[in-house]
Amino acid sequence: MRRSRVLMAGAATAALLFTAACSTDVPDAPAGGGETAAEAGEEASESGANSEWFVQADYDRQLAQRTAVPEGPAEQPWLQAIDPEYVDTAQYAKEGGKKLCFSNASVSNPWRVTGFITMQQQVEVLKTSGEISEFRVSDAADDDNKQISDIQAFVEAGDCDAIIISPSTTATLTPAVEAACESGKPVIVFDRGVNSDCMVTYIHPIGGYAYGADGAEFLVENLEPGSKVLALRILPGVDVLENRWAAADKIFSESDIEVVGQEFTGGDGAKIKDIVTQYLQRGDVDGIWMDAGDGAVAAVEAFEDAGKPYPVFMGEDELSFMRKWQETDMTALGAVYSNFQWRTPILAAQKIWNGEQVPAEWVLPQSPITGEDLDAYLEANKDMPSLHYAKFGGEDLPGYPEAWTNR
Amino acid sequence: MSTAVSTASPRAGSVTSGPRRRRLGSTGIVYLALVGILAVSAGLVAAQGGSFFSQGNLFYLLSQTSLLGFVAIGQTFVILCKSLDLSVGYVVAWSSLVAATTMAGDPSRIWLGVVAALAVAAGVGLVNGLVISKLRVNSFIATLGVGLIIKGYLDTQYKGPSGEIPKAFQGFGYTRIGPVPVSVIVLAVVMVLGVVLLTRTRPGYHMFAVGGNIDVARLSGIRTDRSIILAHVLCSLCAGVAGLLIAARFGTGNALVYTYGYDLNSIAAVVLGGTLLMGGRGSILGTIAGVLILASLDTVFNVLDVSPFFKDVLRGAIIIAAVAMYARRQIDPASSRARFRALGRSVGPGSGPDGGGPGSASPTSTTGKEATR
Amino acid sequence: MSASTPATSPSGTQAPTRGGFSRWVQRVTSGSTWTVYALLIVVFVAILVMNPSFGEPMSIMAFLKKAAPLIVLAIGQYFVIVSGEFDLSVGSLVGAQVVIAAKLIDGEESMTWPVIGLMVLFGLGVGLVNGLIVTLLKVPSFITTLGMMLVLYGAIRLWTGGAPTGSLTEGFRQWGRGGLPDTPGQFQVPYAVLITVVLGVVAVVVMRRPFGRTLVATGDNDVAAAFSGTAVWWVRTRAFLFSGFMATVAGILIGGYAGVTAQVGEGLEFMAITAVVLGGVVLGGGRGSVVAAMAGALTLDALFTLFNQLSLPSTIRPAVQGVIIIAAVAYAAMPRRSRTAPPGAPSSPTTPAGVPEPTVPKEPQPAAP
Repeated sequence: MRRSRVLMAGAATAALLFTAACSTDVPDAPAGGGETAAEAGEEASESGANSEWFVQADYDRQLAQRTAVPEGPAEQPWLQAIDPEYVDTAQYAKEGGKKLCFSNASVSNPWRVTGFITMQQQVEVLKTSGEISEFRVSDAADDDNKQISDIQAFVEAGDCDAIIISPSTTATLTPAVEAACESGKPVIVFDRGVNSDCMVTYIHPIGGYAYGADGAEFLVENLEPGSKVLALRILPGVDVLENRWAAADKIFSESDIEVVGQEFTGGDGAKIKDIVTQYLQRGDVDGIWMDAGDGAVAAVEAFEDAGKPYPVFMGEDELSFMRKWQETDMTALGAVYSNFQWRTPILAAQKIWNGEQVPAEWVLPQSPITGEDLDAYLEANKDMPSLHYAKFGGEDLPGYPEAWTNR
Repeated sequence: MSTAVSTASPRAGSVTSGPRRRRLGSTGIVYLALVGILAVSAGLVAAQGGSFFSQGNLFYLLSQTSLLGFVAIGQTFVILCKSLDLSVGYVVAWSSLVAATTMAGDPSRIWLGVVAALAVAAGVGLVNGLVISKLRVNSFIATLGVGLIIKGYLDTQYKGPSGEIPKAFQGFGYTRIGPVPVSVIVLAVVMVLGVVLLTRTRPGYHMFAVGGNIDVARLSGIRTDRSIILAHVLCSLCAGVAGLLIAARFGTGNALVYTYGYDLNSIAAVVLGGTLLMGGRGSILGTIAGVLILASLDTVFNVLDVSPFFKDVLRGAIIIAAVAMYARRQIDPASSRARFRALGRSVGPGSGPDGGGPGSASPTSTTGKEATR
Repeated sequence: MSASTPATSPSGTQAPTRGGFSRWVQRVTSGSTWTVYALLIVVFVAILVMNPSFGEPMSIMAFLKKAAPLIVLAIGQYFVIVSGEFDLSVGSLVGAQVVIAAKLIDGEESMTWPVIGLMVLFGLGVGLVNGLIVTLLKVPSFITTLGMMLVLYGAIRLWTGGAPTGSLTEGFRQWGRGGLPDTPGQFQVPYAVLITVVLGVVAVVVMRRPFGRTLVATGDNDVAAAFSGTAVWWVRTRAFLFSGFMATVAGILIGGYAGVTAQVGEGLEFMAITAVVLGGVVLGGGRGSVVAAMAGALTLDALFTLFNQLSLPSTIRPAVQGVIIIAAVAYAAMPRRSRTAPPGAPSSPTTPAGVPEPTVPKEPQPAAP
């Protein structure tokens, strides 16, 4: 009886692994079962620069864009654009109060929450001026399928004067965005993109490669050769995050820095602290690279609790981290994925309705917060809650600061 | 409403008893709840000057229905057998990837992709069924574990969306006839097949019997293991169809589909539809009503522009309230818990909990649960 | 209330400290409970082989401090599961409690204790609502606590506008972060470990009291328990109250350990249930010991540590975890059955698929911008 049960256990596991192995018809993917899949994982993790997420041309362009001088008013970075190619929008010109529709991927993290508040405040301005009569929002809660339905519903209703889309996943939303373009309404895509150029304008900061490279270069510059860096990541398979890591991995692999591990944390502080603590038990960690700053403070505290010196740290422009950074005076960088980009789509819609030209690809500036800017940014945001983003770009909106402090 | 009658489960011989009338009532109440929610939704939307039953809203409702519908139909088979499947989300994700990578944008490989995706799904169902019936691992842990195994595989193997679905097959996700998406027609076919299986065939009867009381079912000569394995294979196959639909809508496969909560939502839909989590009672038409209730909520929240956080609050409260409406009714007055129905009669006042299940003659009180962990 | 208790003892589910040592050994090695201790030892030995420095007192304490919240949650979940129910709302409740603490305390040291008091009341309130809906409205606990999970998740974000606000005080955080003596960076016994030990002892004592036996009896067969005079609804409601309280304590510990993040608490309900089942507690109620449930939580955390020590690629870990959980539970099911099946009994008393109220893992939502 026992023996047959054990055999069954083996058979069942084998069957599962077998099905796993059978199903991989991916041309470039090695067949994976239990062990082979593990090997594949290691291969993939070692070859960031060769991974499917790494496109050399995009990488080069983004790194170059970091030093480019953007066109537009310097005090309004959300209206600046890097190397714009303008398209004509006269066909969309419209008078009177317009209905603006927004399909949002989600508000499931503080970065998106902050940005969405900024967007709503910008909408209030245009409502006051009578340019927007109605602002409709569909939130897909990170479900691509629901977002496809949301976009279809906007198209179906037919009364949107412009459709703004913040896609949840690049590849999967492409058909739905193309369908929206075909409806003849102006479509504005921002944040993550889609594999199409049918929209009037695609708004985004420089991008994930630049973000990852900013942090990686900072670590390489500030660490001795041979230092050990731990990479903390949110979750696998999300393009913007994978690009960040691909760039960092390339830079690390070309330097004398050793990456001791890359871990997926889900942005959960408890998990981050646990993982960092474990790495510290195994040996020293000299630097931390993060693909998004959620939970950065927990990582810093892990060093404090273990009685280790502070690492060279790459966080984000999130205030809880920046306050910790100021308090501890460690060597750090606050990478920025420009949160003010949430304002731009509304202003782009305004321009399009006015028949003004807009950039076909509207690349917003994106520059990290360094030790020199730190105090200024903290002073400017001193009343903001801890999970707020320093470069949110809403200081001149009428709702400031209550809309963000009392959200 | 009369269609609900036809799904009244076969009472599966000796296993479950109870007046037929109450079952009709149970499915009936589910549809009443659905009508109520639709009426309230229509009223609220009308108050804002809109029409809930506009073509766009109906289309939204139906396309939200079809995807969860496939998964929930599959989940119904499993829950009827007093099991459950937490791996469905991972199966949906995996089959979408298998379909997309197999088709690789080539229209001539559509059927190959469909067969490959369904084969993978069926394979997972077989493993689930074997682990649960042969290894006697509790279905919760078994399917959770299998789900984790698939998650590990998907995360390692596919970094993000992969593969390409040919335009011809994307029609499965986008084509519609009037306001009715093709996927809903396919859902209706699957639903009819499921209803026929459960109400007109021997394997269907056996599922009710196994869910009602597995020991009695076994004593009656039913090969209970087969029923459980069959239910799990069917469940995973339905999830596989959902994966095909996802792939058709996305134009590619995506591993992160497993974060969409189909496991949780499908179980909620099945229970909303009046199927007992303790097994042995329920119907596919009820499940469809449960799915429609959830999809109606999604639609009305969307039309009314409800804040995403408030949506969760309302959804949670409505699910509890809806189930509370008919939860009492579903339960035999003779017993406060349905799983003791067969037992209740043999246990008189005064006898301890050691009364044991049927078939447990041993004084060591190894009632059914002993080996189910 | 206690009338039926003698009848429950044959199930061997009481706290293992009862009776003589030999009985304890016999009970521990006789069934699934043994599996979890064996697994725990194997995992610990494996970690030590991989990294001998893990055996240092500081490392052990850091590990225990991290594991404490899950152990506390496992205690609460044990009460609910052994009574035949499920509590899926604990993950959301932990998250809610941390956010409540941060928002209400908002850095004011003087607010620490009043807010902790309020949190305890809130946790008990959630437990009470869960319990009453399950027992009086007869909504399956799976659906009740799933609904509660959604309600808490949404309500707390509605209240804070989507992401946590405010901040915690040192006085609040020390319970999850600090220890005795107060020397950060050196050896100390974390408060979290002390709290966990106290709660564990309380749980063992409670399970030995008439209430504990009635709880197990109710989980084993609530009809029989009702016939023998148990107020089933009140017994189960109290189990949910325990669970709500334990989730509150876990929230205090996690908030103290790692501070406030938007994702705090996500997926913990599933971890807690897995831990309890790993400890040999039977879903569906009536079987299992609370100490083994705590060992299950410890094992789960040790497993994650082992994966880290082995430098397993992050993505493959869930797969290995899945295999180990299934294997452990299957193995635990094995010897027990051959031992207790009546010889020649035509029907083995098993319900392979039996689970009254199942749960669902809540995957973390993509948290990327």
